[in-house]
Amino acid sequence: MIVAEQKPIAEIQTLIGDAKRVLVVGCGTCVTVCFAGGEKEAGILGSLLRMSSQMDGNAKDVSEVTVQRQCEWEYLDVIKDKVADANVVLSLGCGIGVQALAERYPNALVVPGLNTTFMGMLQEQGVWVERCAACGNCMLGLTGGICPIARCSKQLLNGPCGGSSKGKCEINSETDCAWQLIYDKLKAQNRLHLLMEINPPKDWRTSRDGGPRKIVREDLRLPAAEKA
Amino acid sequence: MSENNGFKSGSNLEKVLRAGHFAVTAELGPPKNADAETIRKKAAILKGYADAANITDNQTAIVRMSSIGAGALAVQAGLEPVVQMTCRDRNRLAMQSDLLGAYALGVRNVLCLSGDHQTFGNHPQAKNVHDIDSMQLVQMVVGLRDKNSFQCGEEIKGVNPRFFVGAVENPFGDPFDFRPYRLGKKAKAGADFVQTQLIYNVPRFREFMRRVVDLGVHEQVKILAGVGPLKTAGAAKYMRDQVAGMDVPDEVVNRMEAAGKGIEDKKEKAAAAREEGIKVCVELIEQMREIPGVAGVHIMAIEWEEAIPIITERAGLLPRPVVA
Repeated sequence: MIVAEQKPIAEIQTLIGDAKRVLVVGCGTCVTVCFAGGEKEAGILGSLLRMSSQMDGNAKDVSEVTVQRQCEWEYLDVIKDKVADANVVLSLGCGIGVQALAERYPNALVVPGLNTTFMGMLQEQGVWVERCAACGNCMLGLTGGICPIARCSKQLLNGPCGGSSKGKCEINSETDCAWQLIYDKLKAQNRLHLLMEINPPKDWRTSRDGGPRKIVREDLRLPAAEKA
Repeated sequence: MSENNGFKSGSNLEKVLRAGHFAVTAELGPPKNADAETIRKKAAILKGYADAANITDNQTAIVRMSSIGAGALAVQAGLEPVVQMTCRDRNRLAMQSDLLGAYALGVRNVLCLSGDHQTFGNHPQAKNVHDIDSMQLVQMVVGLRDKNSFQCGEEIKGVNPRFFVGAVENPFGDPFDFRPYRLGKKAKAGADFVQTQLIYNVPRFREFMRRVVDLGVHEQVKILAGVGPLKTAGAAKYMRDQVAGMDVPDEVVNRMEAAGKGIEDKKEKAAAAREEGIKVCVELIEQMREIPGVAGVHIMAIEWEEAIPIITERAGLLPRPVVA
């Protein structure tokens, strides 16, 4: 899932500025699961903004709504009137949600309430970790299901650098060395021969380096007549 | 036979190693400014005491004069450079164009490294590149020479850069069991020589080399053992406790601490520590010479080039051979 965290409140207040009517839009998917921008967080942030604006003597009219998925048009259409009524729309979706809202409602002023951090998972309660960098050419089959692109600080493809120490990365003692994990896994699976091959330079065109990406599935597209 | 009389690059380091001499490389750290005079001064100190000197590439991710610029100045000053190139700051286009330029400026040795992560340096906000890794960089530099082609496969028309290609290995990095194989991979990638991380734990390095020799890797690539004089007990402790992948035994730290004990005068105390550091380094070199598979030493006297003439003299490494 996409993992995000809320921006500092001062930054959110700056983004809202002196807008009188604020609509906080939560998202019911990834950011709900990571406790950053779901219905609950939208409610708490809305209350906070209401109270702080009252204390500042410039009370704002803050309302909240949470849609199932901010990244799909059909879920955005149902909040049309609320968006039209607001001076500022504070999105608690990931960067995709913010952009979808801004694109669907070109006249609305849409600002982000979250920082979208990575694609990852819950490791234990309260701890999320990055797992995928969406490089567009998955090599997990060669690395024991552990991604060196997302999890090695140098994105190395041929084993650990000299800074791997006691299972940890040179950048800090909190970060696991991805290549130590890969080595241990392949050793346990009797597949260490995979590490003896030299992996060639990666073709980064499938990653962000190839420009913004797009998938077109002709088998799924609607005929032109139906689209219109 | 190539135009290099059978040599891959014709560099002095290649000739010394090929002739079977115990090689000596040193290190020249470029300044954090644009002063050419610093390079000339350091080159003058090292000239005649090492077969070639590494020129570091934004070492510890701190901006310094480029290794190629400084390397070209070293060439002019009569000191053969080993230009270091990391994968941190440049993609494959920039690396190859820099390699063409370096060769045109007279550089003949290149050392390929991953590079310290930028979080350690003075621009921790920077984007890191790592388009290719050090293994792939070795392959790329070898390809420019032996395949006469760029990394993409396109032929180089005209003069191709013919470097003596180096790589590094840290015998003390984890996983320990994989390190000899990783060195083998670098040999397979085409590395001509390898310089190791600083060695202070000799038994552990000996075990590493035993495995390397068992694999026959020492016959595919020349291995230069990394050694270096410690300046202070503090530096020894810092390396022991703070630097990932370094192995400094307590015994070495204790020796450095004992050296200055009882000396009141600050200058004399510091001098005593430096003297002990040099002594430890000379002893290490003597031990390295006895380890099967070691073809030379890489002496890293960081910001202490003056130590090189003393160390090489005391270790009986002088005069340096002249190979035609």
